[in-house]
Amino acid sequence: MLKAMLGEAWLAMGANRLRTALTMLGMVIGVGAVVIMLAIGQGAQYAVQQTISTMGSNLFIVLSGSFTTSGVRSGSAGAPTLNVADAEAIAELDGIANVAPTHQGTRQLVYGSQNWSSQVIGTTPDYLDARAWNVVNGAAFGDSDVRSATRVALIGKTVAENLFGDEDPVGKTMRIQQSPFVVIGVLGAKGQNLDGRDQDDTVIIPLSTAQRKVFGTPFLGSVRMIMVQAESAEAMARAETDVEALLRQRHRLREGAPNDFFTRNLSAAAESEAETTRTMSILLGAIASISLLVGGIGIMNIMLVSVTERTREIGIRMAIGARQADILTQFLLEAIMISFAGCLLGLLLGLAIALGINAFTGMVVVISGSAALIAFAVAATVGIFFGWYPARKAAQLDPIEALRYQ
Amino acid sequence: MAEPVIRVAGLGKSYATAAGLFPALKGVDLAIHPGEYIAIMGPSGSGKSTFMNLLGCLDTPSIGEYWLAGENVAHLGNDALARLRNRTLGFVFQGFNLLPRMSLQDNVALPLVYAGVDKETRRAAARRLLDKVGLGQYAESLPSRISGGQQQRVAIARALVNAPRLILADEPTGNLDSHTSEEIMRLFGELNGEGITIVLVTHEPDIAQHAKRQVRFLDGRIVGDHLTEPAPC
Repeated sequence: MLKAMLGEAWLAMGANRLRTALTMLGMVIGVGAVVIMLAIGQGAQYAVQQTISTMGSNLFIVLSGSFTTSGVRSGSAGAPTLNVADAEAIAELDGIANVAPTHQGTRQLVYGSQNWSSQVIGTTPDYLDARAWNVVNGAAFGDSDVRSATRVALIGKTVAENLFGDEDPVGKTMRIQQSPFVVIGVLGAKGQNLDGRDQDDTVIIPLSTAQRKVFGTPFLGSVRMIMVQAESAEAMARAETDVEALLRQRHRLREGAPNDFFTRNLSAAAESEAETTRTMSILLGAIASISLLVGGIGIMNIMLVSVTERTREIGIRMAIGARQADILTQFLLEAIMISFAGCLLGLLLGLAIALGINAFTGMVVVISGSAALIAFAVAATVGIFFGWYPARKAAQLDPIEALRYQ
Repeated sequence: MAEPVIRVAGLGKSYATAAGLFPALKGVDLAIHPGEYIAIMGPSGSGKSTFMNLLGCLDTPSIGEYWLAGENVAHLGNDALARLRNRTLGFVFQGFNLLPRMSLQDNVALPLVYAGVDKETRRAAARRLLDKVGLGQYAESLPSRISGGQQQRVAIARALVNAPRLILADEPTGNLDSHTSEEIMRLFGELNGEGITIVLVTHEPDIAQHAKRQVRFLDGRIVGDHLTEPAPC
């Protein structure tokens, strides 16, 4: 019986194709917007998670403060206010997983006849742990290398390709400025960071070596930056306030005096990126729900017209034995089918546009089965909700009146 | 005599109008036995349509009792009335009332859909009845492709498809020319000959002449009930 009714609903839809198609349009746009919204929203979430995971999670950095000479301010990390001892003190705090004092800058690298300018980071072995960065070829340097300021270097993938080409860099000697360094390991690929900078265009050397041989320092042991990794996302906020309090105390800053350092939360940048995309998703969601509402009202409107047009048919059906429930089911099925067909088209349209966005703008989109499920659930709900009133109206017609209707 | 198919006692129906309660039917008693062929006559406003609606279980009486095939149906609910219309009664209307988008076969099979019969059985029954009314070759056509007389024969096939206890025909020849009317009346005659009970509403005396018994309505009451005399030759 349900099968026969589905067939009839199909016939009724086909009887007025243009009208059916126009009725579906609202659903098509609504569901399409839902699909795009979910694809972009989940895509943004995925992209941010990816970026955060390459940067390392739960990180924040402490930068040394600025100084002013003859009215010229140096910008952050200009003044030598942080030192290795600060980093060691931070490591003693609760809820801190890794602390890595770093000193970095751009330097020219030379190997044989090749040369290449790259970011050089002087740091401690903790840095690699904090950023979840592993050595794929060779080995990392250890604390003893930092203590004795050995001239060893870990190089990123981009540096390896540009400086060494097809050669195996491990064991080779390259020069940073004038100093020779032995390459002891090649780092795993990380790709771009949030700013689009290539994270693999990096050389990592022991902090002490960097300070003595590459950058030089105004005071022995001063560093420009300390990277701090909290044990968990929940520990982040506390770790930040603890570190701030600790440094103020160590630097003997009076109450009310400004900090002579800056802290910066790295995941905050990623979060703000996610926030932008989330706003866009909410906007699309608003369009989607309005469109679904309007689409639903459109379906209700057309179903009401259809019930009036087919009053006589309803009378005939009742005369030959259709119960009220049969008439109700018939019209409800029609509404649901229109809604469903609109949903299917909207799903295809949404997928096509999402893939198009991905192809033309490179924005990450994630297409999941749950999006399709949500869309179909919405369609069924809209169909039932907006089809119910017209179907009930049809079912409650008086058979005698309906038969007499011209 | 056998148990009557239809028995009504003191059947009345009033409608609420602006001028107050209007009694369309004022206490009717009638019994119709299996195999009878009755014509219900009367001018418009005589209450015969109201009476037919009550007999057809499309409406419920304000007062009185109605037994259909031994069941008191005067106070049944909507679903029970729908079941009676589906299985116990067959309707034939003046305007044929076929569904225009469905093939003749699907039209004839439609009551079986509401009876919950499976597709194969529906198709077979519809074919058999279309053959019976001589339209088997048009089974797949739409109603608009055939003439009015043929449409009425399809409607009769539809009325018969659920093997009802009686056929209610409301002015079945009202939209047909006299020649086609004769054909339809001959078909009713044949069906009655097979033992099917027929109740026919008409205002044309020569159509009523085909029935075996004539009941005359006036002002909501039965004013005449007699067997048809053979037509004068």
